[in-house]
Amino acid sequence: MQFMPQPDRSDRKIRHRLTTRIWHWVNALCLLVLIMSGLTIFNAHPRLYWGEYGANDDYAWAAVGSSQTIGYVRFGETRFDTTGYIGNWEDRNGNIQTWAFPDWATIPSSYSLADGRRWHLFFAWIFSFGLAFFMIRSLWNRHIQRDLHLRRKDWHPSAIWADIRNHARLRFHAGQREGSYNILQRLSYIGVIFVVLPLMIFTGLAMSPAMDANWPWLTDIFGGRQSARSIHFIGMALLILFFLVHMITLLLAGPWRLTRSMITGRDSKEAMND
Amino acid sequence: MTKLLTRRTILGGAALGAGGLLSGCDALNRSPAFQNLLATAETGNFHVQRALGDRMELASEYTIADLSPTFRANGTRNPDTQNYNASAANGFSDWQLRLFGLVNKPQSFSFAALQSMPQRTQITRHDCVEGWSAIGQWTGVPLKLLLDLAQLRDTANFLIFHCADSLGGRPYYESTDLLDAFHPQTIIAHRLNGELLPIENGAPLRLRVERQLGYKHAKYLTGIEAVASLDGIGEGKGGYWEDVANYEWYAGI
Repeated sequence: MQFMPQPDRSDRKIRHRLTTRIWHWVNALCLLVLIMSGLTIFNAHPRLYWGEYGANDDYAWAAVGSSQTIGYVRFGETRFDTTGYIGNWEDRNGNIQTWAFPDWATIPSSYSLADGRRWHLFFAWIFSFGLAFFMIRSLWNRHIQRDLHLRRKDWHPSAIWADIRNHARLRFHAGQREGSYNILQRLSYIGVIFVVLPLMIFTGLAMSPAMDANWPWLTDIFGGRQSARSIHFIGMALLILFFLVHMITLLLAGPWRLTRSMITGRDSKEAMND
Repeated sequence: MTKLLTRRTILGGAALGAGGLLSGCDALNRSPAFQNLLATAETGNFHVQRALGDRMELASEYTIADLSPTFRANGTRNPDTQNYNASAANGFSDWQLRLFGLVNKPQSFSFAALQSMPQRTQITRHDCVEGWSAIGQWTGVPLKLLLDLAQLRDTANFLIFHCADSLGGRPYYESTDLLDAFHPQTIIAHRLNGELLPIENGAPLRLRVERQLGYKHAKYLTGIEAVASLDGIGEGKGGYWEDVANYEWYAGI
């Protein structure tokens, strides 16, 4: 269909390529499953350490505390009461549960470390191959160079500052071609695609005892297995932050039009003026 | 267009989506076919990790300065059976480790005999499936020496590690393939940090199989059995946690 001439749709153009669209949705599904199954795995030992070792008697820089009466999250020496949400929450049957993250945030919803790991390690493969495929394809078809590359003038502090001010005023396309990405957008996409997502794969592998034998340098890069686990968790928090900002800007910039364009690839001129 | 997007539709949609997703995932999680699909990743991990390095690659070793101040114990902390307690009271002087099954010369080693054989000492990181790690110094007999004495038959493919402890009425056991069995860091350990193995860490003998997660490192060893297949032992999945909770048999990741 789309290869036939369509005069009535001459006002429409391709906004996202097929490979970008497929990767976007496969990746979104993978990240959702990876985060939720990852929280199941975290629930098995809700404490984070720096260095090679770390267990219950060692100092955790972040930990979830639970009891039948309260739940809290501790960062360093500072405690935040999270009763009702983290560490102490009510399940669907009205029973108090003391696992760190609640049932609605985990896969499966009732604690099973083995099942959580199965989901996590299966979707990790799809996620990793998908990311590698998208990176290679986007370099090959020049999506990265054309749409995400930051030129020297973009790095100028005044340009970045101007873009921050435009964002603060919710003006996302001030002074630029419609359909192109602004500086903050490019920075966040590059940061996620080339830094955070690969970091998740490598910190994940750095926790594996067999990888420790195969590639000992990998764990060393991150400063030890427990550091890799902490960075893995921080990376997840950054991805959730990215998702929230992604959703807020989507809502502000035209959710139906932009979601449709990420599904069909097409965009229309009149819709752009929403 | 954007009028459709009220706060109520967003919140309602999100709640419906989350609820649907959760019950959908739980339904998938209960489906044997979907579980089998997820488990294909285990096979992938096994083959990729085995292919990546030299198959006898050593796990990282550390120095005394890197030791965990306390080495956390997990699982059974004391088998607490009549026989075990009696043996512990005698310093395990009557403890026997049998090596049997598909071998030409079945063996039985006393605790004292094992201590007088050539030893290997290694400081390694113990990685639990739950996520924590502890670094400890282990001393024990390389399993390869015991297997050479017993002479495995060609039909043997796996070793079953029988233990003195039970969890929930089921005896603990574990298994490895022969590649891990002959690995230089695979030892039958009887010392932790220079002292005799504490009871909570598996006294008098425990397996160290350093390239896999903690649940493979069977404690309170009573016997090692060479078998052709894991079928017919326990529920056939190769270990206690594999049988009762679907833990992966290959615990390299």
